[in-house]
Amino acid sequence: MTKGGALPKGFERPSDSDSQEKYEEVKPSSKTITLRISKFNPEKDHTPTFLEFTVPYQRWTTVLDAILEVKSYHDHSIGVRYSCRQATCGSCGMIINGKPKLACFTKISELNSNVVTVEPMNNFPLIRDLTVGFERMISTHKRIKPYIIREDSEISSGTKEFLQTPEDVEKYIQFAGCIKCGLCNSACPTMATDSTFIGPQGLAQAYRYIADNRDQGKDERLRIIDERHGIWGCHFSGSCSQVCPKGVDPAMGIQLLRGYLLGYKK
Amino acid sequence: MMSSIMRESHIMKIHYLTALVAVGFVIIHIMVRVMQGFSDSLEFENVIANYKSIPYAVVLEAMLILISVHGFNGLRVILLELKQGNAYENAVTYGCLAAMIALIAYGSRTIIMASMGMV
Repeated sequence: MTKGGALPKGFERPSDSDSQEKYEEVKPSSKTITLRISKFNPEKDHTPTFLEFTVPYQRWTTVLDAILEVKSYHDHSIGVRYSCRQATCGSCGMIINGKPKLACFTKISELNSNVVTVEPMNNFPLIRDLTVGFERMISTHKRIKPYIIREDSEISSGTKEFLQTPEDVEKYIQFAGCIKCGLCNSACPTMATDSTFIGPQGLAQAYRYIADNRDQGKDERLRIIDERHGIWGCHFSGSCSQVCPKGVDPAMGIQLLRGYLLGYKK
Repeated sequence: MMSSIMRESHIMKIHYLTALVAVGFVIIHIMVRVMQGFSDSLEFENVIANYKSIPYAVVLEAMLILISVHGFNGLRVILLELKQGNAYENAVTYGCLAAMIALIAYGSRTIIMASMGMV
């Protein structure tokens, strides 16, 4: 047991006699996994191949850390998109051992497997290796007008801020947690067959603004989603809600939107 | 296009409603069959006699319309999800509409002819 509280394994607090304020370096881990990375460049390759690497890991090592280890020391050419490394930017979504997850938010130790397979997200056009194009998702996101629509504004004369009660906020706040990572769209079975389906991400965001009592664009948004490849394409498999790393429940949002359209919710 | 004439939400309201009402009529249909005895109900004379009872012929006609509307719209939704494109979508929509009308017309003809003793 280290003195002064728990420290991550591999760190040692310096002794009192040691005047230097630094810790020892992390000792190399004896634990390793086999990281299988899907490698495919649509411009050059005919079929995807998997490259295998043996990667050391610690209890806190994420899948993104492992990929970056490979990229730094084994194969610089691996295409991967990432940014914040803290499940905020939504850049590093990929299929990890068959399930859509954020690589920066998935610890290897939690996967309980000696082999970790990473592939690009489904239902997105592949750019290269683990990187996919977000154009369709961003365009459907824009289509549902993801902003407050109303005539006046908080800076109009005579108005101050638009006050909301905690109950008002509760109606939409979980949907405001969307980071546009695309994992829900990747898990959606309708997205796999219908290339023009709005998708759970866009529909959940439509609900987020419709449920906001500051917004007056409900009819406009309901018209957008009430079309052939709109909200009615959802089969309610619920996989979108299962994979969301931010706890958003798009499947519930879609059912609540249907309530507006079927007339049992005002 | 059917979707441009009717909003998709209106079509889906009809879809759900026809399913619910059809279940009610199918329950009536099954209960009548159970009351008569299953093997007896398949006898030719008994089948024809069903059509000659006006209330029962109305039940059969209602089931035909409800299940056709629900079924062909369901088929349309499935086919639209499999492939996209304006020409294909219009062909599927109008094709399903035409097939639905044809089936209802043919089924209604059978019910009317049987109830009038023309079979």
